[in-house]
Amino acid sequence: MSTITALQVGESLTDVQLNPVSRLDLIKYAGASGDFNPIHTIDEEATNAGLPGIIAHGMWTMGNLAKLFTPYVEEGFIKDYSIRFRGMVFLDDVITLKATLAERNENELTFNVVALNQHEKEVVKGHIVFQEE
Amino acid sequence: MLKDVIGKRSETIKNTIERGAVKKFAEAIGDISSIYYDEEAGKNSRFKRNIAPPTFPVTFEFGAVADLTLPSKGLIHGEQSFHYKRPLFVGEDVYCFTEVKDYYEKTGSFGNMGFLVLTRHGLDRNDELIFTEERVIIINEEVRKGMLV
Repeated sequence: MSTITALQVGESLTDVQLNPVSRLDLIKYAGASGDFNPIHTIDEEATNAGLPGIIAHGMWTMGNLAKLFTPYVEEGFIKDYSIRFRGMVFLDDVITLKATLAERNENELTFNVVALNQHEKEVVKGHIVFQEE
Repeated sequence: MLKDVIGKRSETIKNTIERGAVKKFAEAIGDISSIYYDEEAGKNSRFKRNIAPPTFPVTFEFGAVADLTLPSKGLIHGEQSFHYKRPLFVGEDVYCFTEVKDYYEKTGSFGNMGFLVLTRHGLDRNDELIFTEERVIIINEEVRKGMLV
């Protein structure tokens, strides 16, 4: 496995493509996170809220995106993680997670991070600052 | 008015980071690394113990801000950020509270929207800050009308 500290500005971590979003994924996240807002799990509640169908928790996508950095835990940790929620994630969507090194400042590596759906639309976008130790 | 709650904060709540909860959370986001739940892997890591994923504070209780009652429906999570001094450790107690950082309104293509900025803090048992979290919650006009009696 290559190290994160050897990465050059403009280079990316290996993309991760998730399996199509399933209802069970969202039920599991609801249970693990304690966020039982029914628009994430119950069709009628989503429809009543004016949505085309149930949508993933934004924090589910944000949680997934951070895992690109977990293989590098021996080299540092996520110091800053900021995200803007830009689009909804629906059942059966196929989400791809990406991180590109934007800036290196002494021991701080700033990455542009994004989660795209199968239409190449950004659903989550932001930055991660990885602190080398 | 929501502007009146700016600057108010909640009581502090003690949260204990349980190994099983961390494992379930890591599984739910498909971030299945032994660093989160395997004791041996934790001991052999540079942290000498297991850690929790960076978005794990969503599971914490942060206390309620007096006079701030949000509806359970119709809120949009607009932005979210975490700032860490160090990772969270499995087994440790974290002392958490929320404060209302800001509230403002903007008129855009979706009408008049309210933006509520909440800042949350997690301290260790020595009152040292471990992390801060900030979230921007968007409240549309219709929902706000229902809130403001």
